[in-house]
Amino acid sequence: MYNAGKVIFFIIVLILFFTIPMWLNFGRLEAIPQPELPKEEKKCVESKDYMKAYHMKLLDNWRKRAIRENQHMYIASDGEKYTISLQRACMKCHTEKEKFCDRCHNFVITHPDCWDCHIAPEVAKKWQ
Amino acid sequence: MNALVSFIILVILIFIPWIGVGVLCLDSLFGIIIPYACFLVFVIGLIYRIIYWAKSPVPYKIPTTCGQQKSLPWVKRSLKDRLESPFYTWEVILRMFLEIVFFRSLFRNLRADLYGKRLIYGSAKWLWLGAILFHWSLFIILLRHLRLFTYPVPSLIQGLDYLDSFIQTLGVPPVYITDILILAGLTFLLLRRFIDSKVSYLSYGSDFFPLFLIIGIVVSGILMRYYFKVDLYAVKQLTLGLATFNPSIPEGAKIGVIFYIHLFLVSSLAAYFPFSKLVHMVGVFFSPTRNMANNNRAVRHINPWEYPVKHLTYAEFQERFRDVMEQAGIPIDEEVEKEEHEWYSIYIPGKEPPKIKV
Amino acid sequence: MSLPKPDELIADVNLHKTPEKDWMDIKPELKKGYYLGIVDPKILEELDLPNMGKWQPYDEKWPLPENWKEIVRKAILRRMEMHRSFKLFMDICVRCGACADKCHFFLGTGDPKNMPVLRAELVRSIIKGEFSTFGKLLGKFVGARKLTEDVIKEWFYYFYQCTECRRCSVFCPYGIDTAEVTMIMREILLELGIATDWGIKPVHNSYYIGNHVGVQPHTFKENLEFLVWEFEEITGIHIDLDKYINRKGAEILFVPISGDYYADPGIYTMMGILVLFHYLDLDVTMSPFATEGGNFGFFNSFEMAKRLHSKIYEEAKRLKVKWILGGECGHKWRVWNQYHNTWFGPINFLEVPKSPITGTVFEHAKDNKIVHIVEFTADLIAHGKLKLDPSRNDHLIVTYHDSCNPSRAMGFFEEPRYILKHVCNNFVEMPENTIREKTFCCGSGAGLNAGENLEIRQRGGFPRANAVEYVHKNYGVNQLVCICAIDRAVFPTLLQYWVPEVDVGGLHELVANALVFEGEKSRDVDLRRRPLKHPVKGVDQPEE
Repeated sequence: MYNAGKVIFFIIVLILFFTIPMWLNFGRLEAIPQPELPKEEKKCVESKDYMKAYHMKLLDNWRKRAIRENQHMYIASDGEKYTISLQRACMKCHTEKEKFCDRCHNFVITHPDCWDCHIAPEVAKKWQ
Repeated sequence: MNALVSFIILVILIFIPWIGVGVLCLDSLFGIIIPYACFLVFVIGLIYRIIYWAKSPVPYKIPTTCGQQKSLPWVKRSLKDRLESPFYTWEVILRMFLEIVFFRSLFRNLRADLYGKRLIYGSAKWLWLGAILFHWSLFIILLRHLRLFTYPVPSLIQGLDYLDSFIQTLGVPPVYITDILILAGLTFLLLRRFIDSKVSYLSYGSDFFPLFLIIGIVVSGILMRYYFKVDLYAVKQLTLGLATFNPSIPEGAKIGVIFYIHLFLVSSLAAYFPFSKLVHMVGVFFSPTRNMANNNRAVRHINPWEYPVKHLTYAEFQERFRDVMEQAGIPIDEEVEKEEHEWYSIYIPGKEPPKIKV
Repeated sequence: MSLPKPDELIADVNLHKTPEKDWMDIKPELKKGYYLGIVDPKILEELDLPNMGKWQPYDEKWPLPENWKEIVRKAILRRMEMHRSFKLFMDICVRCGACADKCHFFLGTGDPKNMPVLRAELVRSIIKGEFSTFGKLLGKFVGARKLTEDVIKEWFYYFYQCTECRRCSVFCPYGIDTAEVTMIMREILLELGIATDWGIKPVHNSYYIGNHVGVQPHTFKENLEFLVWEFEEITGIHIDLDKYINRKGAEILFVPISGDYYADPGIYTMMGILVLFHYLDLDVTMSPFATEGGNFGFFNSFEMAKRLHSKIYEEAKRLKVKWILGGECGHKWRVWNQYHNTWFGPINFLEVPKSPITGTVFEHAKDNKIVHIVEFTADLIAHGKLKLDPSRNDHLIVTYHDSCNPSRAMGFFEEPRYILKHVCNNFVEMPENTIREKTFCCGSGAGLNAGENLEIRQRGGFPRANAVEYVHKNYGVNQLVCICAIDRAVFPTLLQYWVPEVDVGGLHELVANALVFEGEKSRDVDLRRRPLKHPVKGVDQPEE
């Protein structure tokens, strides 16, 4: 092999680059947080699988209906009716934003803009 | 035809995980084993390719000079000259930086047109723009994906992700700017392979295939983000597991097939990478016309296989032309003596230079 | 051979239309006027090179050696082992097409195989098809094909339609250099014994006689004597030639180019250089053996190039000079600048070049001890050592042609322009995209300037001639200045065809035109006996 020094250096840099996740996690990896589910209620608006993947779509849809169309009733796929409201519907069961919403969102890094307008119950409590 | 076959291959590649996961439920094969295997092929293949190149020496210093050489002290060299005709190592490094990061040479691109008997040259930066859009978007998208492979996610990656998705008006989840740009770049790069007669003429299947494959990856990623949503929490459990060598298919949560399609296409690309033209990613670092200094006359370059060659000596020459030289009044050198010299030749069997394998 | 009129010649060129058939399915058709003749086998034998006997490219069946496939395969593998460039360039091309319309041969023929990418693809496809498992399996889909006799024909045809000018390499995002590919492919053809008459005869001459054109030492001196005599006729200044030939112990060895003491208009450049030497009373000499700075060996193989240029340093050693000065030449400077130091270094028997007139040390040439005469003269002008009257070139409107090799293998742009701006008053640049690193080849470099391939030469030279035509029409340019001997040999034919009103000459011709000598006589012609705009008043016509 010619220019071995430079080439080996280059290969090392390349390997370091492609194994970045390892280096970024090194020594600071934290346990995967578990969202805290409501203890009493077992059933959400829609199925669990649907809610896991599509809850943001549902909430966005709710926002549009409530604010733009003045509709406040949501009929779920099983026919049950729910009030369209983040704080009076969702947060009735998922009472603590930090222990439910944030755990996942901080884990996968998404930036929901719910809290630009809404105030989380626990924050509201502090103000009261 | 080439494009069609490439497209069909892509479709087959999509169907494999579709059936594999959707029907046969081979989640761990497609979620763990294949990604690991392909990543290994990618890294080892690239290293193999680099060593394969490095096994051949660079016998001569052959920079392509696109700017004024360093010569007389009063000959001014602008920054452009230093970058395009580098004399010092730092100038070479800057030249390579511009070449790799900003595609300097592609930026020069011209278009030639023949009008009757006149050749006209116009600036043609579209290819550069398309290439920049594609490559930079791909790079940012790769970095962005680190949010799925690290925990806690470094703030730099979080910031990048946030910046990329700052347009929030197009619905939930917010659209990534790079998603749009990479599609634009790829569409352009693909279209020119169809529309530009010259490029279309010289495109093989192996030119269309990577384009289709990457488009497949991008489209499956976009569909997954905006339409066929998957449980991101479960996805990250899987991907983080992969990154920390503690892989497991998350229990109790079935990740959508679209995720496995995306992952399988990425794995295919990784495995295909070292054996295709895509190695230009690392090859460009090795290009001797770009990564060498234009200082041949000041700094000698050594060729490891250089060998002495057969040449005529002055003594032999003078012996032959002695008479005519004397007649013409050209001084004769009486001091020279005939000498034998050591020599080799590639063209004569048995006289091959020792350092060159035959 | 007669060519159609200029307008008709390129009427068949369409840069945006490609053939119906895939390029791999188009059999090479060797068009008359496009390819070179094959050299006599005796010449090859005398150079210890393989040969295929007496044959010509138009023969239906080429007399390839029995084991030709094995030779070619071996030769390719060996070249890949010797040159990282070749190995790499075969791997990393993405066929983006940026190079496609940069080649002057493509612009002049519209033949897609003259796109640099396809030129390289001619061999890339074989490497895939012969050595790669994937290539063998997938064939045309990945651009792989088998080695056949037609491929050899195609290689011969197209690698001798490349002038190794490196223009494509400027535009390639990975710096893929077709010149490198062409050089290596010609080496491989040579291993089979395929070599052109025009490419090898000069090599033979240079090897045994000292220069490409085969001028023997006495004729060399006679030709120079004629130039000196002519100069004296015009200006009344006598130059003593003897000290410039084969004198030991001079400070500088000057290596000329055969074209410059062989034929018009190169001879005026040589005259200019001799005049300059005399003006400066420079301690310089020339070897009667190393009378060739150019190197046709380079157009055949690296080894042959080295065999030809060994004599330059040998002669410098024998004549006990301190450093070497080289004349105005194109590919010569590719070889001198990028290869000499590796081939012949370390050159410890010479000293770091230092101008005896200005005291300037040529630091950038400190290791291989060779200086370009244009650098040398530019330095003289910068130090005010030459009395120049640029108005003596007022009858000329000059444009400057950047020769490929000094431009793209040396970065030689400012020095010649600096001189031009001091020796003439009317200097016009050609369009921006056809000069400096983007300059166009004359179309006949790299051993292509023969008679039998005139059509391809005129087509290849078309982009350059077109730019000359532009400045001729718009600014009245009537003189093309270049610093390449092949240019000086080729441009007269090329411009005679495309832009007949433009003359061709070297840079030092204009320098000598403008030089003001003590004791010169009156004259109303320049050194080429063209009428001057402002006649020179000499000692025989004192100021009133």
